[in-house]
Amino acid sequence: MEVEAAKLIGAGLAVIGLGGVGSGIGSIFSSMISSGARNPSAIAQVQGFMWIGFALVEAVALYALLIALLLLFVF
Amino acid sequence: MAETGSQNGGEGHGPLQQFEIAPLFGGDTQDLAFYSFTNSSLFMVIGILAVTLTLSLGVRRAQLVPTRLQSLAEISYEFIANMIRDNVGTEGRKYFGFIFTLFMFVFAGNMLGMIPYSFTYTSHIVVTFIMAAVVFVGVTVIGFMKHGLKFFGFFLPNDVPIFLAPLLIPIEVLSYFTRPVSLALRLFANMTAGHTMLKVFASFVAPLGGATFIIGGAIPLALVTALTGLEFIIAFLQAYVFTILSCVYLHDALHMH
Repeated sequence: MEVEAAKLIGAGLAVIGLGGVGSGIGSIFSSMISSGARNPSAIAQVQGFMWIGFALVEAVALYALLIALLLLFVF
Repeated sequence: MAETGSQNGGEGHGPLQQFEIAPLFGGDTQDLAFYSFTNSSLFMVIGILAVTLTLSLGVRRAQLVPTRLQSLAEISYEFIANMIRDNVGTEGRKYFGFIFTLFMFVFAGNMLGMIPYSFTYTSHIVVTFIMAAVVFVGVTVIGFMKHGLKFFGFFLPNDVPIFLAPLLIPIEVLSYFTRPVSLALRLFANMTAGHTMLKVFASFVAPLGGATFIIGGAIPLALVTALTGLEFIIAFLQAYVFTILSCVYLHDALHMH
């Protein structure tokens, strides 16, 4: 197999992990919405955690993107 | 993406070209030396000047009911002071200067990158890695200075049964050493990926508009507008997450677990 083709296949495989990230972000906001619906006064408290959690999960998405870009443009 | 850009000849206008560091006064990217004043240095100077001027001019002739600039200075001070108090405790007061500088530097860098044709200095791994390394080394040194050799007990929490130790200690050590890596990589990847994505979608406007008598170009344009709004949120959020994770690591060093 040519290196170029292998790079493209590798980059495509690398972003499969984004499925988990999508479900992670959805889980964070779904728990935020349900906890806010049950107890609206707690929203202010958990908001900080929500944003931190979102940023951390999004970072994993970007690690996957980074590996894909690394495979495509560096090797 | 970069390949089609280089077909334009000359410097190329691919989406990754915006991250090139070039010296401003004479020379090319190949002639970079440690003393070159580059576009990255220029924006770092602009960022620091902007923050310093906002803060110092804001509290000059401070009034009890604050003016707008004074409000800006006070809000940013309170934001970081509350963050430190909530995450580090009262002993974190003496690290306020460092944490505040860290937050303001990253925030200024991220926000300055939103100006069109500017340069995001936090989108380079060398910048974010040095900041993360300083946080990591500083926090470890603080931990050793405060607890002495007992700081190694950080890797084996108190109530863990001893037979789990050979499994737990390598995991804890590994996750401790990935802290600066993840801190640096998170900020760098967010900035780089965000701006690359904006560039790629923006490069769709002209070809789509040309193919569909300008009307079709409105779709990627709307998308770029929405994504730019998202990038503003991400700019603030990444600065906030960098700082709050530094506070959490500082808390871990000061009060082990």
